[in-house]
Amino acid sequence: MKKTLTAWAALVLTTLSANAQTGHPYIHDPSTLAECEGKYYTFGTGGGGLISSDGGWTWDSGAERPGGGAAPDVLKIGDRYLVVYGATGGGLGGSHRGVILTMWNKTLDPKSPDFRYTEPIEVANSEDGDDCDAIDPGLLLDPTTGRLWMTYGTYFGHIRMVELDPKTGRRVEGNEALDVAIDCEASDLIYRDGWYYLLGTHGTCCDGVNSTYNIVCGRSRSVTGPYLDNVGRPMLQGGGKMVIKAHGRQVGAGHFGRTVVEEGLEKISCHFEADFDRSGMSVLAIRPLLWRNGWPEAGQNLRAGIYELESQRHGYSLELAVDFQRLQTSRRGWFRRDANFKIEPIPMQVLDSVQGAWPQGDIAVRNGDFMNRPHQHWQITPVEQAGGFLGQPYFKITIAGTSRALAATADKEVTTVPAFTGAPEQLWQIDQLTDGTYRIMPKSIPGCSEKLCLISIADSTPTLGRFDFQSDNSKWKLLGVEM
Amino acid sequence: MRKILLGSLLALCSLSANAQEKYFLPAGAEAARPDGEGFIRRWTVLEPISKPNRSNTVFTDSYLREVFGREYFPKQMSLVPKDGQKVKALFEKVEQPADFRRAPQGPQKVITGTEKLTWHKLDSKTYNLKLMRFGEHHLKRLYGVIYWVVTVIHCDAPMHDVRLSVGSNSASQWWLNGSEVLLLSGDRRMVADDCMSNRLHLNEGDNVIRGAIINGPGMSDFCVRLVDEDGKPITSGYTIR
Repeated sequence: MKKTLTAWAALVLTTLSANAQTGHPYIHDPSTLAECEGKYYTFGTGGGGLISSDGGWTWDSGAERPGGGAAPDVLKIGDRYLVVYGATGGGLGGSHRGVILTMWNKTLDPKSPDFRYTEPIEVANSEDGDDCDAIDPGLLLDPTTGRLWMTYGTYFGHIRMVELDPKTGRRVEGNEALDVAIDCEASDLIYRDGWYYLLGTHGTCCDGVNSTYNIVCGRSRSVTGPYLDNVGRPMLQGGGKMVIKAHGRQVGAGHFGRTVVEEGLEKISCHFEADFDRSGMSVLAIRPLLWRNGWPEAGQNLRAGIYELESQRHGYSLELAVDFQRLQTSRRGWFRRDANFKIEPIPMQVLDSVQGAWPQGDIAVRNGDFMNRPHQHWQITPVEQAGGFLGQPYFKITIAGTSRALAATADKEVTTVPAFTGAPEQLWQIDQLTDGTYRIMPKSIPGCSEKLCLISIADSTPTLGRFDFQSDNSKWKLLGVEM
Repeated sequence: MRKILLGSLLALCSLSANAQEKYFLPAGAEAARPDGEGFIRRWTVLEPISKPNRSNTVFTDSYLREVFGREYFPKQMSLVPKDGQKVKALFEKVEQPADFRRAPQGPQKVITGTEKLTWHKLDSKTYNLKLMRFGEHHLKRLYGVIYWVVTVIHCDAPMHDVRLSVGSNSASQWWLNGSEVLLLSGDRRMVADDCMSNRLHLNEGDNVIRGAIINGPGMSDFCVRLVDEDGKPITSGYTIR
């Protein structure tokens, strides 16, 4: 029992470290993540920002944005990046005269010879007499019209929307600012399936471990609103449905950004005002973005643990292809019971009772009826120093209690090897998809440059194949195992 | 009593004849093609080898490899049988119950021996080949049997990254050109696309698919098709000899 508790404690510790970005991800008001030449970038309040060179897991300072100010956003339009930021930011008790500026750059890589920002252009402002504070801009290039929209503002009155010229980054001539929400901060616009979503931050900003910052949203069929929450309350009246809030040892979720990796795989970026594992520093966070009934919500990054891996195709679960070993129990009391028969628990099958009958070398895998047996218990563990992907480290997937590891093979199949060696074909990227299921993908496949993931090609047959969000073959449920 | 037994036997013969007509046709002289969903309906099937099992839960991987690994008849893994060809096959039997439809009850006494069995080349009227009805027609034991089946796929050109897709009731093992490609263990139901092989290469010309299906009590049938890299049925590019 003590051994079990120790193992769980170790798992929990690993989990916690795996739940925040690694490196030095310290930032406030991170802009939407931008990909440039194989690296991810985000800019924050006060200038500068973070770079990830390993696909989005390790973040360190190094991004460069001049102008200081508050809460930038960045958007790639054509082959250029449009960066927008509030050049002021006086706080609730300070001045509310604000200016929003835009500038372009051909690259976000400060080491590139093409790295040069254009002169900032003012696109919106606020005066002290306005019920608006012109900071915290967010951009949307409307995929249905090609028009470029920007929202901005803070708790000091309204969130406003203006239209920019996507070719120049300037305000469209004659465009009037439109109030779209009240008492929000760090707004952002996104579009999905015929709906426009306005996201904003509620709660208390900048209060460290006591910050109640959280991100809410409303939606509208028209980009200009009105934006209503899930109970029909306008965001102009303070409405908003929760998208992400404090979780675990991180509190104060703010400054939403959406990254669409590919169909069915989206991420939220934001900051948590305080990470309890990092002295309460404000850190970059990346979470799965889920869509439920037409509303966005944050998923959870995968935690270390012992899971059943259930294929969404039929409902069978991944297991070692070994002999099914029957539990020997009396059939007495199966469904008829005499008065003297004592009801008592039956022990589950344990690893030690079956492992000896398993082959020593590679063992194939298949999908089968889940019976909560040792050959179906998969321990998922983050692997230190192996790098990662957007928001998570790579994982190893082993049979719980053993070092037997799931591995991709050179013939684009999947097997288990007797011991985890850290080879890239034994490292797995596990992403939660927008419908809450998971995609499981090897870091690499020996001799294969294709990007393939674990799929069920048949009910009982797992293999490696192309990811297709429209097919349940590509999706897995990760269900915690009750031992 | 004798009259009742005779009546039962006649009724059974009539039933089995009906079953044969309902589910099978003698294979035509022309090469066959997969049906619109890619299922292979032409098979040469050996009359069932008696192998008593009271339950299908015994069909673990190890059990199947041991049982299917035995030689029941000469050239078991290389023979491409002709319609009507006979083989002398090993069998195991237990004392038959009066009603062959009922699974045996009580202690089983196993008898081993050899018997002549005949291959039948058939076109199935359904996507799934009804083995139990085949066994019924040939007045063999319905339950506790092994069926061996063979078909020949003639490819117009080599085919790569093809998978053999099988559903079988109950467990089964499959070989392509003499190499094992698939094992369906456990108490199986016949489900289309239940199990698939790894990616396979089919030669230009003839390719032999061989299967062995084992069943204890209950229905027995199977369905087979070839699928492509995406798991989609292959409906052209080959004929079935």
